[in-house]
Amino acid sequence: MARQEIMTINMGPHHPSTHGVLRVILELDGEVVVNAIPDIGYLHRGVEKLSEDRKYLQVLPLTDRLDYLASGSNNLAYILAVEKLLQIEVPRRAQYIRTAIAEITRIMSHLVWLGTHAADIGAVTMLMYTLREREDILDLIEETAGTRMMPTYFRPGGVVRDVLPDFQTKIQAFVDKFDVKINEYERLLTKNRIWMNRTKGVGVISREDAISLGLSGPGARASGVDWDIRRDEPYEVYDELDFKVPVLPEGDVYARYMVRLEEMRQSSRMLRQLIDGLPEGPFIERSPKYVYPDKERLEGSIEAMIHHFKLVVDGLTPPEGEVYSTIEAPKGEIGFYIVSDGSPMPYRLRIRPPSFVNLQSLLTMARGNMLADVVAIIGSLDIVLGEIDR
Amino acid sequence: MTVNFNRQIFPGIDPEKHPAVEALRRDFASAVLDVKHSCGEVWAEVSLSEAIGALTLLRDDPVLNFDFLSDLTAVHWPKREGAEFELVYQLYSISHRHRFRVKVPLADGQNAITVCGLWQVADWLEREVYDMFGIHFEGHPDQRRILNPDGFEGHPLRKEFPLKGRVRW
Repeated sequence: MARQEIMTINMGPHHPSTHGVLRVILELDGEVVVNAIPDIGYLHRGVEKLSEDRKYLQVLPLTDRLDYLASGSNNLAYILAVEKLLQIEVPRRAQYIRTAIAEITRIMSHLVWLGTHAADIGAVTMLMYTLREREDILDLIEETAGTRMMPTYFRPGGVVRDVLPDFQTKIQAFVDKFDVKINEYERLLTKNRIWMNRTKGVGVISREDAISLGLSGPGARASGVDWDIRRDEPYEVYDELDFKVPVLPEGDVYARYMVRLEEMRQSSRMLRQLIDGLPEGPFIERSPKYVYPDKERLEGSIEAMIHHFKLVVDGLTPPEGEVYSTIEAPKGEIGFYIVSDGSPMPYRLRIRPPSFVNLQSLLTMARGNMLADVVAIIGSLDIVLGEIDR
Repeated sequence: MTVNFNRQIFPGIDPEKHPAVEALRRDFASAVLDVKHSCGEVWAEVSLSEAIGALTLLRDDPVLNFDFLSDLTAVHWPKREGAEFELVYQLYSISHRHRFRVKVPLADGQNAITVCGLWQVADWLEREVYDMFGIHFEGHPDQRRILNPDGFEGHPLRKEFPLKGRVRW
């Protein structure tokens, strides 16, 4: 009789389909996964500890480097938490610009996910197409913020500088092109027999498990959880936008693919509304205690000079208090919990990373599936190790 | 209409009116140490011995139904004698779309109790709290470090842990 035993194999941390330095210890019965234990922390940089020694504005660039594929969303989540702590209002033009950047960031993040996920399963062509479209977005962000991947463009009170005059026409041109391209992606994959065989019924997670495991974002919506923070706890100008939240009941890899595709379409729809409705007006509310004064005023106004000096030397100082603020990032619910003791540096800053929490459901999804499916499941979770390890 | 506690920038609410506070006061009055609010967000401080009961009530009460543990973390307050740590549970309800926060004060060296049985997500979150603060969770199925390597000395998010210069390279 053949000998039966569980085999333990090691996947990663240098495996191309783990999207970074994720190591998974897999226990297999033949080719069937019995246990999958993720081993994380290879990219741990101690962002939460570092933040305790940095002023509020100096923490902002650290947030870019969490989920480096969707830096704009991280910035927005952090800035919203700080604004809530400082209790400052934001001009409407700034809110529109921020929402537009957040949505275009979502498309960008989903494009990278689609390309790499498809490449993991074997459709390598997809990556070339999606990176082509992502390049347009990166160019647009570079023009607006000055940097391609790490914009650090938002500030408490607004955005750091106004958008260029052709911002609207550029976005219009992009969404016009993108709406055609996304149909092309679908033609390549959605009804592709190989794609369906690899993804349908694979990595299923039930609605109850998804909620209990804290799954958020597209992963939860593909399991029938009808929850989107943009709609249910609207921030910025989402309550004025017309968009649908795609929800599918199946909970498999294919459903997560379909939800993200529809989300990209909805983001494109929102972008059209945002550029049509972009109001005139100031792009930042310069409340003197918290926001740098206009650079041009520095030479003519002693008060502006004093405020600038105080802000650079002392940093902005929020009142004592604490805040937990979350937004819908491309990968799920990202939250910032900030405890302020009235000093210019956060007493405690906690990041609730969506990828970290979502990755925990890997075992529930992978158990009972084939070894080759683990690659598809990890891809469908859309994780970024910069955010998991922080 | 429910108040959007996540977005309310200017506080103008009575913390005692929060449905979770009302329920705790009604069914778990002995557990509630304090009710506080900041920036429009309300939280209750609950004693460690009755924390599990209070959290179970918050999860299972049909009016509250906090079925989603959004986050679990800790804060180190070295100057607070006898309550050096504070566990922070961020609760969310998918069905009612409201949020609440529960805090559990802990003394240095005191063990916490796991909530893995209430929310599966607590597994990794509690491992991270253990890794960063050195708080043990009784009944946790797999109490190991998660982000730092196994042989790591110390718990980085404690305030006495130095920011730089522990080892000369």
